[in-house]
Amino acid sequence: MPYIALSWLGEHVELPAGLTAEQLAADLVRVGLEEEGVHGAAVTGPLVVGQVVSLVKEEQKNGKVINWCQVDVGAHNTLDEVGQPTVPRGIICGAHNFVPGDRVVAALPGAVLPGPFPIASRKTYGHISDGMICSARELGLGEDHDGIIVLDRLGYTADNGYDTTPGTDAIALLGLGEEVLEINVTPDRGYCFSMRGVAREFSHSTGAVFTDPGLAQGPLPSPTPDGFEVVVDDVAPIHAQVGCDRFVTRIVRGVDAAAPSPAWMQRRLTQAGMRPISLAVDVTNYVMLDLGQPLHAYDLATLVAPIVVRRAQPGERLTTLDGADRALNGEDLLITDSVGDVGARVLGLAGVMGGAETEVSGSTTDLLIEAAHFDQVTIARTARRHKLPSEAAKRFERGVDPMLPAVAAQRVVDLLVEHGGGTADPAVSDLSDLPERQAIPFVLSEPERLVGVAYTADQVVDVLRQIGCEVSLIEGSGLQARVAVLVPTWRPDLTGSAELVEEVARLVGYDTIPSILPVAPAGRGLTAGQRGRRSVARALAEAGFVETLSYPFIGSGQLDDLGIAADDARRVALRVLNPMSAEKNLMRTNLLVTLLDTARRNVARGTSDLALFEMGLVTRPVLGAPVAPLLPGARRPSDDELARLQAGVPAQPRRVAGLLAGQRDLPGWWGAGRAADWTDAVAAVRLVADRLGVDVVLSGDSDHAPWHPGRCAKVTLADGTLVGHAGELHPKVIERSGLPARAVAFEVDLDVLLAAAPTEPLQGSPVSTFPLAKEDLALVVDASVAAQDVFDAVRAGAGDLLEELRLFDVFSGEQVGEGKKSLAFSLRLRASDRTLTAEDTAAVREAAVAEAHARCGAELRG
Amino acid sequence: MSTPERAHSDESAASTEAVTPAPESFSPIDADAAAQALQTALAAIAGAGDLDELKAVRIAQTGDRSPLSLANREIGKLAPADKATAGKVLGPVRAAIGKALAARQVVLEDERDARVLVEESVDVTLPVDRRAPGARHPLESLQERIGDFFVSMGWEIAEGPEVEAEWFNFDALNFGPDHPARQMQDTFFVEGPVDLSDPDTAGVPAHLVLRTHTSPVQARTLLERDLPIYIACPGKVFRTDELDATHTPVFHQVEGLAVDRGLTMAHLLGTLDHFAKAMFGPDAKTRLRPSFFPFTEPSAEMDLWFPQKKGGAGWIEWGGCGMVNPNVLLAAGIDPDVYSGFAFGMGIERTLMLRHGIADMHDMVEGDVRFSQHFGMGI
Repeated sequence: MPYIALSWLGEHVELPAGLTAEQLAADLVRVGLEEEGVHGAAVTGPLVVGQVVSLVKEEQKNGKVINWCQVDVGAHNTLDEVGQPTVPRGIICGAHNFVPGDRVVAALPGAVLPGPFPIASRKTYGHISDGMICSARELGLGEDHDGIIVLDRLGYTADNGYDTTPGTDAIALLGLGEEVLEINVTPDRGYCFSMRGVAREFSHSTGAVFTDPGLAQGPLPSPTPDGFEVVVDDVAPIHAQVGCDRFVTRIVRGVDAAAPSPAWMQRRLTQAGMRPISLAVDVTNYVMLDLGQPLHAYDLATLVAPIVVRRAQPGERLTTLDGADRALNGEDLLITDSVGDVGARVLGLAGVMGGAETEVSGSTTDLLIEAAHFDQVTIARTARRHKLPSEAAKRFERGVDPMLPAVAAQRVVDLLVEHGGGTADPAVSDLSDLPERQAIPFVLSEPERLVGVAYTADQVVDVLRQIGCEVSLIEGSGLQARVAVLVPTWRPDLTGSAELVEEVARLVGYDTIPSILPVAPAGRGLTAGQRGRRSVARALAEAGFVETLSYPFIGSGQLDDLGIAADDARRVALRVLNPMSAEKNLMRTNLLVTLLDTARRNVARGTSDLALFEMGLVTRPVLGAPVAPLLPGARRPSDDELARLQAGVPAQPRRVAGLLAGQRDLPGWWGAGRAADWTDAVAAVRLVADRLGVDVVLSGDSDHAPWHPGRCAKVTLADGTLVGHAGELHPKVIERSGLPARAVAFEVDLDVLLAAAPTEPLQGSPVSTFPLAKEDLALVVDASVAAQDVFDAVRAGAGDLLEELRLFDVFSGEQVGEGKKSLAFSLRLRASDRTLTAEDTAAVREAAVAEAHARCGAELRG
Repeated sequence: MSTPERAHSDESAASTEAVTPAPESFSPIDADAAAQALQTALAAIAGAGDLDELKAVRIAQTGDRSPLSLANREIGKLAPADKATAGKVLGPVRAAIGKALAARQVVLEDERDARVLVEESVDVTLPVDRRAPGARHPLESLQERIGDFFVSMGWEIAEGPEVEAEWFNFDALNFGPDHPARQMQDTFFVEGPVDLSDPDTAGVPAHLVLRTHTSPVQARTLLERDLPIYIACPGKVFRTDELDATHTPVFHQVEGLAVDRGLTMAHLLGTLDHFAKAMFGPDAKTRLRPSFFPFTEPSAEMDLWFPQKKGGAGWIEWGGCGMVNPNVLLAAGIDPDVYSGFAFGMGIERTLMLRHGIADMHDMVEGDVRFSQHFGMGI
């Protein structure tokens, strides 16, 4: 994100004296430019201008020649006999690009250079070197490490207004002490990727006087017939936007290719996080950073007219400046020239990156400057397709001022002429096919309607004009006036009245918005489902289960571990195209699969007595399900489209699953503990169903992974709808999952239960005050008969007088016979209208036995 | 049972033992004898050292063969004039003995209870945790608490799917097809169902994503509910961030949406201030900074004045918000010239971390029971 050096910003907007980066950040955040960081001074300590007094070349044993220099550093010189700093410092230097008399930059002991690299007096090559003569790279000013900085050659001369007296502070001279503010620019404010834009925003925030460098300061040259010919030939515009609607070329001849860019420019580029490279490249980068217009310089000698801006054709390739050979896509917009045929040679990816072939080189003398305007979407797609988030692409995809190209090109020409000794060629081309700007109709009361601040009509119009809008009255007056707002060319984000409202709100200040609590109409509270889910979670937690959460990502191997069969519906899963880990690229189709992971992690961390539960969604897609349509925004889909959208979203039932292992009841001074067993899982399911007021039916299920075939209960509603399963896990699953033996688990579908929950208020049942009669009943049945069936039969047979039925004992052994079991029930009987007689209770007893016999072949135990 | 130390003389002990074999009668009109009998009875009652002894005294002094009963039996033989005298002589004696017996019974029962209950005493500091307590995950507890807050203002809680159609996650919210957030770096894209039993099954394009925010619930709500709308939607969201101390690919947000006639940013700020106080105490408040989100215009970043901030109270980022973008209203068929609305969203994890001083995201997502257990049933 952009780096803002105060001294540079100050060229476009008046900065108050003593402005700090911190204060600048505070000023900018008010208008929406967030601080990313303040980058402190790169160099600290004594860094001064030195003048080389003498230089002695000394050859070392290894053949290397070093310079033993005496350097005058003014007040920092060594003291003479009378205590005056007149004795130059002795410094060893390995570079050879300077001679006595040159002014250089000396880091003295105590200085710290970027790295950090602390400078100290040290013995080397037989001398005491009392400091260091610095190269540009050592000061963090660029990559140049071939030689040390010679100030005159970089333009730091008295003639240019610089004080280079020996001993002068070089940190200030080179601007190294300056704090740089890094800001974050939201996607709608592309123009703030420039000093021009940030200066404008600073002016908006503080009222400081702003001079727009993006507007032509004088007359710009008109296109000439001999201007370099440019053709835009876009056969495949995206969203009907032609890829290039402005293309300005300028020519500068006779540029000294070897001339370095001026030091101030190198410093600013470095401060902005860019690397100084060569004059031509530096100038184009500098103007881009300053104005926001990406630019490109071509070696004119290598170009063959016309330049053609077109989409890539199948099979075309380009080696970009970064050395990468890229296969091009038909949506990529290209800059080409006409070597061989018109538009035959690819010069670069428009607005993203140039090609290596026509790069400006050390022998280039004549330059063609490109300043163009490209379609945002085209550039964004190409930058992403080729993973090239270049500085140019960053700006074009956010939107660049289409009026800038001519102004920016002029700046480049001026700088090349000034610093590269070039001559501006009169040939100018300016292909312009800009769409006509549409005014936004706007009612001046709109900001108050949406923001809640009573802005005056003048305030609203003032803000709009401040940001560069042209406002003209359509009808009405005062706040009711309807105006036409022509937004400035650098604000493509302003497309409707809501955007204009934001401008008014942020420029007047979000801090002027009052805080008013709206009064909503009376609500209906939580839904029955929401209350039910809370109730279930609380009940489980109160029953000793600990709630955990897990990621819903699984791998197919985890389903294998659960023993889920090939044809099981839980194997039809959604696949994540870009998963965090390739092994876990599926969405879970059940909760247990991730809960087992959670359990294993807890066991590994030393918690062996576990009672866990998780509540969450699983996805249950269906093969061949319809695909959700792609539809545009900003309009209500038709009912049919909405139905197709809904149908394309797979079912995501909400489940609750639990797992128990180890001791359910702890051993202690009171006696032994009790290991968790299948009954705990079943009890949990009954608890869940009970909390939701739903009657569930349990039956044995000998074939449902991951449960033990003999210890698994299938849970259904009375009508047979599947709710879930509970019981002991299969020993193989336990082994593969690394869980304690006999771990048990349940998983039920809350949506099914909630749908079955009663919606009408439960009706009361009168409490009888007549006496209670108790009966016990032991019934012998085949061992294979389900206790629930006998229970149901007894209950049915006992009829209305039965108040409560409990199965209190199960017994099998010789007394009841081979293959039989005895189930003992206690019945509590009571009538609502009388005291029961012995005959009454005997009749109930007989009826219960008879029903149990009829349904289950039960015999009364003798 | 050991006999407690007695306050009475051996004589009285002897007299109580003597009562059984030696019933003495006296004339029912002999007031002196009656007084004497009363004195004897009272002495015996006072001398009863435990409930068993008192029972014996009761029999001796009021039983069928007690002097008093024997005297009473004589009354029938008396002349009518003497019967009245006898009543006046014996009545008060009987009453006094009965009262003394009852009083002594209470004293002796209290003494017994005190002794027995002391003997039954236990060490109440012994551990009683026969079953380890369960716990809620604090992220879930916090979502419920947040839900309660909004319900208290008359808002309702809305929900939506986690695997969502691209249209709801993006287009309906004014994220065009070329918006950077739709690209791979943030969003988990999902393809159609894969039958794992058939490795040849290729996934088909499904135009589905793991929702990157709770905002698609906004779009669903606007389409489904009648206006005005005041809803909050807490829920799970997904972004392709590696898990580290402050990021997790699966996290939770709460979204707020209000659409009504006449809603302004002032109402947004008022709601946020109220919410901040509910979460962070009466000194908390919020401020807005200009920002950008496709589905709001004007948009704002919301900072929270956090009194408990480490190193001193200060502003910290809490979420994003703004006035519902007219395009979002249009996507639901709502006229933006008639209705306006505001929306906001903040991270539940971040809120939990701030509110409860949690430094590392790992603890929240790994499912270690100790993390949940620390918070117990609620927060």
